[in-house]
Amino acid sequence: MTRISLTVDGAKVADDVEPRMLLVQYLRERLGKTGTVVGCDTSNCGACTVHLDGTSVKSCNVLAVQADGCEVTTIEGLAQDGELHPVQEAFRECHGLQCGFCTPGMIMQSVALLKDNPNPSEEEIRLGLEGNLCRCTGYHNIVKAVQHACGASTGSTNQTAGVTA
Amino acid sequence: MTAVQEPTVEREIGRERRRKEDQRLITGRTRWTDNINLPGMLHLAMVRSPFAHAKIVSIDTTAAKDATNVVDVLTGADLGESQGACINAWAITEDQVTPPHLPMPTDRVAFAGEVVAVVVARSAAEARDAAELVDVEYEELPAALDLKEAATDAVLAHPDLGTNKSAFWKFDSAEAGTGGDVDAAIASARDGGIVIEREYRQQRLIPAFMEPRSVVVDPTGEQITVWSATQIPHILRFAIAATTGVPESKIRVIAPDVGGGFGGKLQQTPEEMIAFAVARRIGKPVKFTETRSESLMTAHHGRDQWQKLTLAADKDGKVTGLKVELLADLGAYVAIIGGGVPVLGAFMFNSIYKFPAYQFNCQTVLTNKTWTDAYRGAGRPEATYGIERMMDELAAELGEDPIEVRRRNWIDASEFPFTTVAGLEYDSGDYEKATQRAMEMLGYDELRAEQKRRRDAGDRVQLGIGVSTFTEMCGLAPSRVLGQLNYGAGGWEHASVRMLATGKVEVVTGASAHGQGHETAFSQIVADRLGVPFDDVEVLHGDTQISHKGLDTYGSRSLVVGGEALVKAVDKVIEKAKPLAAHLLEANAEDLEYVGGRFGVRGTDQGVTIQELAGAAFAAHNYPEDMEPSLDAEATYDPVNFNYPHGTHLCAVEVDTETGQVSIRKYACCDDIGNIINPLIVAGQVHGGLVQGIAQALWEEAVYDDSGTLVSGSFTDYLLPTTADTLSFEVDHTTSPSLTNTLGTKGVGEAGTIASTPAVVNAVVDAVRHLGINDIQMPCTPQRVWKAIQGAGSGGATPGAAMPHFSEDQPGQDSTEGAGA
Ligand code: FES
Ligand code: FES
Repeated sequence: MTRISLTVDGAKVADDVEPRMLLVQYLRERLGKTGTVVGCDTSNCGACTVHLDGTSVKSCNVLAVQADGCEVTTIEGLAQDGELHPVQEAFRECHGLQCGFCTPGMIMQSVALLKDNPNPSEEEIRLGLEGNLCRCTGYHNIVKAVQHACGASTGSTNQTAGVTA
Repeated sequence: MTAVQEPTVEREIGRERRRKEDQRLITGRTRWTDNINLPGMLHLAMVRSPFAHAKIVSIDTTAAKDATNVVDVLTGADLGESQGACINAWAITEDQVTPPHLPMPTDRVAFAGEVVAVVVARSAAEARDAAELVDVEYEELPAALDLKEAATDAVLAHPDLGTNKSAFWKFDSAEAGTGGDVDAAIASARDGGIVIEREYRQQRLIPAFMEPRSVVVDPTGEQITVWSATQIPHILRFAIAATTGVPESKIRVIAPDVGGGFGGKLQQTPEEMIAFAVARRIGKPVKFTETRSESLMTAHHGRDQWQKLTLAADKDGKVTGLKVELLADLGAYVAIIGGGVPVLGAFMFNSIYKFPAYQFNCQTVLTNKTWTDAYRGAGRPEATYGIERMMDELAAELGEDPIEVRRRNWIDASEFPFTTVAGLEYDSGDYEKATQRAMEMLGYDELRAEQKRRRDAGDRVQLGIGVSTFTEMCGLAPSRVLGQLNYGAGGWEHASVRMLATGKVEVVTGASAHGQGHETAFSQIVADRLGVPFDDVEVLHGDTQISHKGLDTYGSRSLVVGGEALVKAVDKVIEKAKPLAAHLLEANAEDLEYVGGRFGVRGTDQGVTIQELAGAAFAAHNYPEDMEPSLDAEATYDPVNFNYPHGTHLCAVEVDTETGQVSIRKYACCDDIGNIINPLIVAGQVHGGLVQGIAQALWEEAVYDDSGTLVSGSFTDYLLPTTADTLSFEVDHTTSPSLTNTLGTKGVGEAGTIASTPAVVNAVVDAVRHLGINDIQMPCTPQRVWKAIQGAGSGGATPGAAMPHFSEDQPGQDSTEGAGA
């Protein structure tokens, strides 16, 4: 067992953990931060994405001991004082989620993407989110949500009320 | 009692309401099954067979039992009858051969990944560690792996059964009296007409919902509570009760937030049954959450068919007959509706076309691979693929534009309602209008011109344009029809509406959402019909103690069947409220009209709102003598017919003839799904469906090696598309309201998946047809496309294991093999 202390979503925590414990397990099983989820065992899906000292990481790919002394932000710590983060708001506004399982990771990755590049092109968004899988949305509205969050025009349209019989 | 009240201004139906579900999902306050933790809860790990087919000689659990914090290790023999059985709810023929399916077999495993023992420990990690210590001795048996070979019974998947052939199902239009004799049509087309014969492969796919399956069982308390990441809480409760002998009333099944399904969670799983048995035996809550690898290997797969198709047409390109011969791989067991999936396509191969003669034959076959069952579209994507590829082949034969040939053969808007050669009555549609719109969106004519230029110039990168129309039967289903098909249950849905004392409305539905947005769409329906604010409606679902009756969510049925049940229940509430309103207003019931949530006395400003009536019924101080003091109502709706959404999908791809690389340049579709409740949700369903269908065309395939091991058993090998692989779509709708339900809606959940696969493959083939290619087997990987261009074949089968690219000596199967094409 190793002693670690870190800050998670603004709260200081300390625990003895097994060296093999993954950060995502620590978050879910020890801290009850179940907003962060596990979708795979090969670091492919990105569902577990959190911020570690401000950088997005796949928390299934980081050991809890590696987070010692760090600051972790999860989806649960993104909204401030009851105000949704603009990216959270954009995902709702643009219907960027269906079942919502990929959403915590998708939102955390999008936030990191926009931090690095506040005005990404559609292609840059698509490349920046490549490590996060979604099975429901076909990504169309996820891309739109990120564009919406950075105030860009919404690109390709979803016309719906077109022709009427 | 209020005097005049403004009726609700904006209609909810048709509005782009942002979803109610989202607040919890975007803030991480979701209740996934794996999030549930109960005091004293134990964790399970499964010991799984590495062999596709083997005798279990012995299982030594001593070392595992001695491991730290391990509570018990149990085998099938230990659990005995308490483990129940996995059911098949649809024997497609009376004499279907159905192997018994124990959650944990005791003597023989029939696919790699089957559970042979379960470890119970204090933590999931300790359970998994100890699972490694279980020593199982197997005696390997020959495995039936290849579908065509299995159909010859060369090697038996279940030796005791004596055959791999499970059931043969046939529909013949001449026998059914719905059309002519297909063999005669083909014979006459051979003489002066056109006969197209092809064989297509529907590769095996994995639904790959993002939330791995998870189950928690709490045996404490009077009812045993089961939380499961399932699409079918009601059916699961029935299946557990029916096979374990535990009374249905002692079981409560809850599907909390469920992270996607696509048919993949339409199952009663061995893991659920094992968790149920272990919890009962040990008396403590237990949890099992699968890893992604376990999910890909053992959650049911989809598709996996060979399709032999013969299309007959006269020399002018008018179709005269269609004959379909399918081989369908069931995998190791006949899953809950596994055998029925191809049959769901039986009525759809003729699609939107006026075939005078039609015959469908399907042989289902057992093999030693993961069992197959519903995957988004279930039977209908396979059918649409078959017919839409064939229509393109017919157009190529005629040297005409593929849209022109389709137009010549499709049902005209003036011909609805139309009874098809498969015996279905299509209620409404306008194929011309949807096609026109899709062509505009794609820029069809301009792209055709560009294609010609690039072809004439001999460009290295060629342009292809793919066309697919589709229709599907949605809204499973009229119970009587299901009965005729020998299905084990009905297709009704249940809803109830509870008027709370504070004026809020609780709506209970038997549908069970897992990402579809029912909470929002159903609230919109109720808000409009009952005249209450959208935010005052709470939709409850997915818990058998709250929603005591239901048939759950699959087959694009929730809105068209579940939504209709809701409409009926709301209407009953209004009916019940009327005498109370008349009583309180001291008016005649006949003089009342219900507008915007309020009963008003015609010609006066007197009225009473539904909320006030709910309060009055709750207080029950003053109500008519012949009435009970309640406005609550429930309804069970059994649809009279399916409904038939349709659409036209067009896709432009670029194919690099030197590398075989395919990239989609533009995708446009126009679907007619009747009236739309929430355009935002509909668009989302279409986008998601499109990507799943495109993924079948280009990327996804479950691949087994020669010994029956799934080699695409992780997300590094099973190619789920990413943002970088996909593009934004052009989506539009035409509207022919359905005539089979009050809301005029048609199913949408599966539409995108159904039409996109053939649209993409047609585009790929179109791009290289001038090089002498008339088929490329799915998924159209660069390797296959390149090989097709080199050899002008179909690119061959996926090699059995991870082989180097462009290997010379792979066991090629030509997809047009045996088809005389
Ligand atoms: S769970 Fe971390 S990448 Fe999939
Ligand atoms: S919303 Fe379901 S996986 Fe992305």
